[in-house]
This record gives sequence, structure tokens and C-alpha cells, in this order.
Amino acid sequence: MQLAQQEQAAVAPPDLSAKQSWRSVKSLIMTGLMVASVAAVALPLVAVVSAVLRRGLAVVAHDFPGFFVNEIPNIARRPGGGMGPAVLGTLMVTGAATLIAVPLGVLGAVYLHEYGVKNHFSRLVRFMSTVMSGVPSIVMGLFIYIVWTLHFGYSAFGGSLALACLMLPVVIGSTEQMLKLVPHHLREASYALGSSKSRTILTVVLPAALPGIVSGSLLAVARAAGETAPLLFAVGAANEYNPHLFEEANTALSVQIFGNATSSFVAAQDRAWGAALTLVLVTFLVTLAARVFTARIARKR
Amino acid sequence: MQLEERMEEPHARPPRGLSQVKPMESGPPVVSSRPESQVVFDLENVEVFYGAFRAVSRVNMKIFKNEITAFIGPSGCGKTTVLRSFNRMHDVTPGARVAGGLRYRGAEIYGPNVSATEVRRRIGMVFQKPNPFPKSIYDNVAFGPRMSGAKSKADLDVIVEKALRGAALWDEVKDRLKASALGMSGGQQQRLCIARTIAVGPEVVLMDEPCSALDPIATARIEELMRELKSRFTIVIVTHNMQQAARCSDRTAFFTTELDSKSDRRTGTLVEYDVTTKIFSNPGDERTENYITGRFG
Amino acid sequence: MELDLRGSKAYADRAFRWSAAAAAGLVLVVLGLIAITITGRSTPVFRQMGVQFFTTTRWSPADALFGALPFVWGTAFTALIALAIAVPISLGMALFMTQVAPPRVKRPMVYLMDLLAGVPSVVFGLWGVLVLSQLFGLGRSFMTAGIILAIMIIPIITSLSREVIETTPPGDKEGALALGCTRWEMIRAAVIPHSAGGLVGAIMLGLGRAMGETIAAALVIGSALGQITIHPFAPGNSMPAVIANEWGEADALHKSALIALAVTLFIITIVVNLFATTIVQRSMKKAQGL
Repeated sequence: MQLAQQEQAAVAPPDLSAKQSWRSVKSLIMTGLMVASVAAVALPLVAVVSAVLRRGLAVVAHDFPGFFVNEIPNIARRPGGGMGPAVLGTLMVTGAATLIAVPLGVLGAVYLHEYGVKNHFSRLVRFMSTVMSGVPSIVMGLFIYIVWTLHFGYSAFGGSLALACLMLPVVIGSTEQMLKLVPHHLREASYALGSSKSRTILTVVLPAALPGIVSGSLLAVARAAGETAPLLFAVGAANEYNPHLFEEANTALSVQIFGNATSSFVAAQDRAWGAALTLVLVTFLVTLAARVFTARIARKR
Repeated sequence: MQLEERMEEPHARPPRGLSQVKPMESGPPVVSSRPESQVVFDLENVEVFYGAFRAVSRVNMKIFKNEITAFIGPSGCGKTTVLRSFNRMHDVTPGARVAGGLRYRGAEIYGPNVSATEVRRRIGMVFQKPNPFPKSIYDNVAFGPRMSGAKSKADLDVIVEKALRGAALWDEVKDRLKASALGMSGGQQQRLCIARTIAVGPEVVLMDEPCSALDPIATARIEELMRELKSRFTIVIVTHNMQQAARCSDRTAFFTTELDSKSDRRTGTLVEYDVTTKIFSNPGDERTENYITGRFG
Repeated sequence: MELDLRGSKAYADRAFRWSAAAAAGLVLVVLGLIAITITGRSTPVFRQMGVQFFTTTRWSPADALFGALPFVWGTAFTALIALAIAVPISLGMALFMTQVAPPRVKRPMVYLMDLLAGVPSVVFGLWGVLVLSQLFGLGRSFMTAGIILAIMIIPIITSLSREVIETTPPGDKEGALALGCTRWEMIRAAVIPHSAGGLVGAIMLGLGRAMGETIAAALVIGSALGQITIHPFAPGNSMPAVIANEWGEADALHKSALIALAVTLFIITIVVNLFATTIVQRSMKKAQGL
């Protein structure tokens, strides 16, 4: 009889449903917290972007496309006007910085990866490059003030120098990453045909790494376009159009935003929002272009 | 007295040499089929899909209590895939799906309202590469019981010692329970993983090629351990080592790959499942015979 | 007729190599110049104040009295607030993206983080001073600056934490799951022990970034003078903020004092960043060596 009872007990299938225990509740709570942190990230992003879109569009749409070319009023209280000089300033300063930083950065990365991969000099440069990318932008601004502005006065070019210093480590880092991805057999094929090292680099390696280099450089440009502190010390605070790179104080979108943000006049604040929208659009477009190039690499592979 | 002594301290016996490829020495007589109450797993047309790709096709088998069942076959034949479906490890692979009826003692493992953690509490698994936590030996074994709520040191001490004895590891580590588990040899780590698994108190222990990362001596110790554990647990072991299956198991299932007419890829399939002595002496299927005799695989 | 294997290209080849080396060396030159010039220009205030520059709590340019302590405190305080907010959120986000989110959900999250990282800091500052500081009575204070900084450092802590967490050996995770762990128990048993070191490094990198961030802080911190307070809703000041805000009207000695603050900031952020990078690199190497 006992055996039959045992058989009976053994036959009933076990209950595999989730037990209401503290353990499963705790796991659920933690997962909930993780989801909450996603919301915590999305919330400020949505808040900032929507504020920029809403308030910026109100200003820009009011006078489109005039906002991008109109003069900046010298009297903060005066409504209207635009950010024309600042747009030009940002384009000039960032453009010149790119022309300085990208060739130098690519060349430097070429040395680090193609010539002196493991030697002490390269390791020191890589290390210092990481250090340099951590330099606060205000320190960079003061540096440029001391070595350039004090001697040559405010100018767009001073700002370009400052931004180029900020961009250099970024371009070197991303270019080196791209050079690492170029398969070694491409270089070997070129050497086997009698090509010199420099020729190989210029005609085989760099073209192969080009989309990645462009993408990395565009990201550096996007970051540089938004920098403010270095420009405060190098470019000055002009409000007029100044198409000269080397002469006279200039302005930029980031500088204007900074200056107008603390103004007590709504008109000036409005212009700050408009400038912010412009800057965010420029940054977004440049980043988008960078993604296009990254996608092109992925497609090739 | 001698028998009792032997049952209390099984680890005192020296490890066997590999030349002794003898079938089981103890345990109930293995018959072709046993009563329903002794069925632990019942597979009915079980298939495993990764996305649209059918990795394993229609498996039908019954696994019995307190037996060692071995899954053998060439690589890619799906034996590990089937094993991992027993404890719902496929849940962590996105796109993996198990179809068909997979019953554990009558309860559908993939039924609605079934909690994977409940399943895994009853069906434990030991992996190919030993994976102890970066904690002390004691904390590794106590991990499962602590999770289930055991708190007092006295209770945990008893559980830990019983599990370590069960894994034939107690005498080697009883003086250094607080030492890091990562400082042990591979064979010891694997026995620790076994101790950790049995400390949870499961009914089934799944083993996925547990000896493939170990040297022959450690392998022999684990095989001996398996024979001792059989009386308390049901063991299913995947092995690529035929001789191990012949040595240790009561029943053997032979899997192979087939060209799937639908997808033009190789799908795993169960060829033959029977008592081990029959599989290795007089297999029913030609493919089994070819594999056993080394003509392919 | 001798076979000249060297060829006329050899000179051009070597010139290319040297110019590439020079370009790489520019990093060292610029960094060295930065260190030398800003230290040099800060000497006047040290001649005036000596070491007390770091210990005095009063900052009064009109009296030629310059004490850096309130600004060092302010920088540290806002950075701490920023970390207190950003770290739980970043870690939660990183764990979500690596352990919970299916691939379809993960991809937009990566874009989300990239978007957040791409907004210029001055735009955050603008939003902070014109929107955030008007909310909940926050005003321009340590807290507001801390919140803005937190938003800015979340992307970097998250992305680095993700990288570290993804080096967790899958075997450890499977082992924990096979023992019947819930997802959170598995994370605690397998993921966190392996990632702990690297996560600390990621957090420190966020700290370094928070301390050096100038513009957003300058706009919302409140530019208060002098007091060292632990009241987070009080207006305050920090090293980068005071430099940006007071530079325009500073005389020579004042300017050198501000430059001295920059030197202090420079050294602190470099030390923190170096420490952090070493920790992260060592943790990644350890994970791969296992």
C-alpha cells in the first residue's frame, strides 16, 4: 500500500510556475529601475531639444532665412536682427581649424601606425594625446590667449588655432583606428610592386582608410563647432560682419549664445535661442554626414 | 562495515585507470523501458529553431530516473542544443525557439506560466569550461542555498560540506574553504561547479562535455564521481568521447546531422536511443555503427 | 654602370617620414607649451600670495587678495552632485543596454546617447539658465550646475561602462542562470564582480569631464563669491566658471590669479583622467587575459 502511495505521489507533475517570492519581485524592481534610468536620459534630451526647436524656430521662422544673414544688433534690447556674422564666424573659424587639424592629425596618425608602431616616441605621443583630450577647454583658451592673442590681437585665426589644438588628439585617435583596419596584405602588395613606403601610404593605405578618416574628422568638426571657451579668449566679441580671417575681432554662434544667455533682455535671449537652433542644426548635419561615411565603410565590408 | 565505509567515503578510492572500460558495477538492472513513474524527461517531437533555421528536428525519447544518459554524435549534430532545452538555457539566445512537447515529470517545461528559474532549480547544469564565481570555495557552494533563503552559518556549513563531499572535493579543500575558487586546478574547479550545482538540491544534473577541458586524470575522477552521483540524481551528459559514454552511461542516444530538404542546411536528428551495451555491441542503425566503429565522425 | 637601388625617391620618402614624425610630435610640443606658458603667467599671483593662494577663502580682486579655496571647493562640489545624479543613471542605462534590451531596442538607445553627446555644452548652458533654473525654484546654484553637468557626462560614463560590462565572460553568466538566478541575481553574481574595476574607471573619467566643463557651469552656477557652503541650492562658483566670468574686466594681477586657477584645474583634471584611463585599460586587459 505504501508503494502505491509513493507511486501516486510521484505521478503528480511538479508546479513549475513562478513563486511569489521576494527574489522575483526584487529582480522586477531592478529591471524597472534600469528602465527608469533610460527615461531619465531621454527626459532631459527631449526637454533640451524641444526647447531649442520650439523657441529657436519661433525666432528663425519669424524671419527666414533672414535670421542667418542679418546683422547682430549692437543694442541688446532691440528685437529682430539675426546671427549672420556669427554664422560666418563659426564657418570661418571651424573651417580654418579643420584645414589645420585634419592634415596634421592624419599625418601624425600615419607616423604612429605606419612608422613607429611600438617605439617609445609613439607610445609617449599616444599617451600625451589622451592627456591632451582631457585638457579643459578654458585652459586651452587661456593658452591661446597667452601665445597668440597677446601678440597678434583678437582674430578668427586665433580661434582656429585653439580649436585645432582641441581637434588634434581626436583626429589622431580616430585616424589611427582606421589605419589599423586597413588589411596588411594591401601594403604588402604595393611594396612587392616596388613602391616606396611613403608612396604606399599615400596611394594605397590612405585611400583605403579614407571613409573612416573622413567620418572621424567630421565628428571632430562637430565637436569643435560647439566650443565656446577657447573662442572667448581668441576671437573676441565683435558683432559686425568680419570676413577677414586674420584681422580684427570676430564672433561665432557659440560665443553669441554664451553672451546673450545671461542678458536680461528677451530680444537678446531670443537671438540666443535662434543661434542655438542654428548651431544644433549645423552640428547635426555634420554628424549625419559622418554617419553616412561610416555606413559606406560598413557596406564595403 | 566495509560496504558502509565505502558508501561514506567514496573519494578514498584511488582513481581508475583508463584501460578499465567496464560497464556499470552497481545500480538497478537497466532494462529497455521502465514504468511511467520513473520517467524524468519525456520528449515528443521536440524541435529547436534559431530564427527560421531548424537546428534540431523531431526528437522523441524518454529519460529515466537515476540513470546516466549519454548524448553522442559528431559536432554540430544538436546534442548540446537538445541538452540546453531541458533547462531552458535557450531563453537567453534571442531568436531561439523550442517546439514540441518537452515534459519534466509530466509538467510542460515550455508551458505558459512556467518560470525558467523554477525549472533551473530542479534541473542543474555543469558546463564545458569550469565557471566558478570569483569568490571563495565556500561562497561558491553556498551561493545557491543562500539564494533559496538559507541564512544561518550552521545550516550553510552543513549544506556546503554535504555538497563538497558529494562532489568528492571535501578532503582536498576542507582546510581552505575561504580560499579563492580561481586558485584551484581545472579538475578541482569542475568538481566545485558540480558541488555548487548539487548544493541547490536539483533532481537532474545536466553535463555539457564536462571533461573536454580537463586532463585524463581529472576526467577519470569526474567519471567516477558521476557513478556515485547517479544514486541521488538523474544525469544527462553530452560527450564527444565515445569511450566515455560506453564506460559511464546506462543509456546512449546517438545524434547526427542530416541535410534539411527545406533549408539546405544540416539539421541535427536523433538516430538511435537505447541501452548503452546494445548501442555499442549491436546497434540497430547503420549510421550508429559507422560512428561507433570510427568509419566516420 | 652601377645599379643605383637607392633611387631618387629615397629623399622624398625620408622627408615624408620626418614630416609625419613632426606632426605626431606636435602633440608633445603643444602640451608642453600649454604647461609652460600658463604656469609662467601665473607667477605674479604666487609672488603676491605665496602658497596661501590655495588656503585662503577670500577672493577679493579689489584688495589684491586671491584665495582659490572656494573655487576648488565649488568645482569639487558640483562634480560630486553631478556624479551622484549621473552614476546611477549611467550604470542603469549601461546594464539595461547590455543585459535587458533586445537588439531592436538597443540600437535606438545608442543613437539616443550619441545625440545627447552631440549637443554643444553652450546649448545645455543656455537651456539651463533660461529654462531649468526657472523650474522648481532651482535658480542658479550648485544644484542646477550639477544637474547640467550630470546630463553632459552621462553619455561618456554609459558608453565606457557598456564596453567594460560586455567583457564579462558569457560562461559566468550562464553558470549563474543555470543555478536558478533571476536576472538581477545573475548581474550581481557574474557581471558586477568582473566589471567593478572598469566601472570605477569609467566613473572617474566622468568626474574628470565634469570638473573641466567650463561653459555650462559658468552660465548656471550663480557666480557667488567667497563662501564655502554645503547647501546645494545656494549660488556658487567653480574654477572654470570664475575664469570665464571675471576675465573680461580683470587687471593684470587679477588675470594672473585666474591663470593660476587654470593651472590648478589643469593639474587636477590631468591627474584624475590619467588615473581613470589606467584603471579602465587595466580592467579591460585583465578581462581579456582571463
